[in-house]
Amino acid sequence: MDLSLATETVGDRTIVRVGGEIDVYTAPKLREQLVELVNDGSFHLVVDMEGVDFLDSTGLGVLVGGLKRVRAHEGSLRLVCNQERILKIFRITGLTKVFPIHTSVEEAVAATD
Amino acid sequence: MATVELRFSALPEHVRTARLVAAAVARRAGVDEAVLDEVRLAVGEACTRAVGLHQHGGISAPVKVLLIEEEKQFSIEVGDEAPHAPVRARSADEVLGDPDVETEEDEMGLAVISGLVDDVEVSAGESGGSIRMRWPTTPPAATFT
Repeated sequence: MDLSLATETVGDRTIVRVGGEIDVYTAPKLREQLVELVNDGSFHLVVDMEGVDFLDSTGLGVLVGGLKRVRAHEGSLRLVCNQERILKIFRITGLTKVFPIHTSVEEAVAATD
Repeated sequence: MATVELRFSALPEHVRTARLVAAAVARRAGVDEAVLDEVRLAVGEACTRAVGLHQHGGISAPVKVLLIEEEKQFSIEVGDEAPHAPVRARSADEVLGDPDVETEEDEMGLAVISGLVDDVEVSAGESGGSIRMRWPTTPPAATFT
């Protein structure tokens, strides 16, 4: 299983739909995608994790890296995830306090701090 | 006694294979289905860490995974040959503390393992390190009770 990535722009938000497995082998592709978006001026990202089958700490590291990059531009990085086994990884690492996690893309797009 | 032993070149693309093999052997050993996701994630983290240590250290030796079926428990030992000092897991706040420092996945990996697995031993020495994790198993006969 490889990683699939698709992006879509809704207003000032850029949605990144991720599918497949995010691990030490595939995470660099996600990192490249996030870096490219930020370099192109997309600072409000919504990462849709609903199609993700597997996520490990390498993937968490990439998401944290993405968050740091958008924050440097006063941007935001929101996650969409309803899968318990993926949410668990955010919980045990304390990252639920760091990422806003939404139940739908629509909710994430509409959200403001 | 090792039920299954796996050695793979320290390359990221082989970590998925290690995950799949470990989950298959764990299932066969009687590890609860609900825990298999944790086994898969934990062994992936341990292998990812070992691959990183070998790659950063320029070590050509393979990463070794022992999948050990014992009475009432299943153990996984992931061994590396990287000389290193003892390490500790950092909290998310520490990881996020300095925005100029890229997240150290090695430590985040250990944080995930220690959060997932109750019975885990991390050892490290001059000749290499290992992560040993254990899960209880349910023998087939016990399912009748």
